[in-house]
Amino acid sequence: MTIVTTAEPTLTLPAEWRDFLALTKPRVMTLVVFTGLCGMLAAPVAINPILGFTAILCIALGAGAAGALNQWYEADLDAKMKRTLARPLPAGRMDKQSALHFGVGLAIFSVLLMGVGVNWIAAAILTVSILFYVLIYTVWLKRRTPQNIVIGGAAGAFPPLIGWAAATGDIALLPVLLFALIFLWTPPHFWALALFVKTDYANAGVPMLPVVAGERTTRSQIGLYTIPMAIAAIAPWPLGLTGAIYGIAAIVLTGIFALLAVQVATRTTQAEDAMKPEKRLFAWSILYLFAMFGALVVDRWVFA
Amino acid sequence: MTEPNETEIRARQRSRARVVALLLGGFALLMFAITIVKIQQGWQ
Repeated sequence: MTIVTTAEPTLTLPAEWRDFLALTKPRVMTLVVFTGLCGMLAAPVAINPILGFTAILCIALGAGAAGALNQWYEADLDAKMKRTLARPLPAGRMDKQSALHFGVGLAIFSVLLMGVGVNWIAAAILTVSILFYVLIYTVWLKRRTPQNIVIGGAAGAFPPLIGWAAATGDIALLPVLLFALIFLWTPPHFWALALFVKTDYANAGVPMLPVVAGERTTRSQIGLYTIPMAIAAIAPWPLGLTGAIYGIAAIVLTGIFALLAVQVATRTTQAEDAMKPEKRLFAWSILYLFAMFGALVVDRWVFA
Repeated sequence: MTEPNETEIRARQRSRARVVALLLGGFALLMFAITIVKIQQGWQ
């Protein structure tokens, strides 16, 4: 008889619950929850507050799950960038398997809760959005093409569609236009950021447009994407889907966006450039989306 | 890096268990509320 001796299992420190929270990218969640809520409030049918809360919770949990799976897959990449170096995985505060299990578990939980508690149409779109972000954006496109964030932007554009579907049980033209707005807003938003943090992305080997195609192309693309974005932003008014409050707000806010985008599109970086126009466009782009969706909800309440 | 001692591990497990307990409690309440809403909607 042989005696098999096994090494004493080494004690490992379990990750803190705060690290699991950090895995869900709570800051990104703010915009997701806001646009999802606005999509829900813009719907012609009022949803029961408990079910509405459940739907928003599921959108937030789904986004958190996608964020966790993104961090699980990109731990090596995150370790190379200053901005992401302190995340739980690259900092070594959590093992990869915990992050994977947490992400998959949270994703399944959010979809099932949405399906059982709200409706299965909303649950189906939530599933598509999570899979889109994790598989199409994170795994497939991000490291392969400089158009990564164009397609990846679609993942962030789903929440208003999910919010609307949660309230009505179907999909209509208005939430599809809201989807298009966020989808087309993403490239100018991220490329403005990429213009002033490009060294970070370059070090990590992510093919962001300024790194791969150069600054000139990036600036032109920012200008070009702003055109269809402006059309998607203003279209709901002439199409009769919203009232004048949204229409006028959309024209003014989009006009400012376009002016800032033209400034960025037509200039070239000088030596010792502080990149002020790029930073201004980036800052405005965030405010812009909040203001547009806010205007939509106000418009709905006034004209309802 | 020093090995984490048992007290430290237990403390972390306790704090995680507390959070999970709170989340489970919240989930139970939410399921109860959803059930009530669904029953009411069935009546209407």
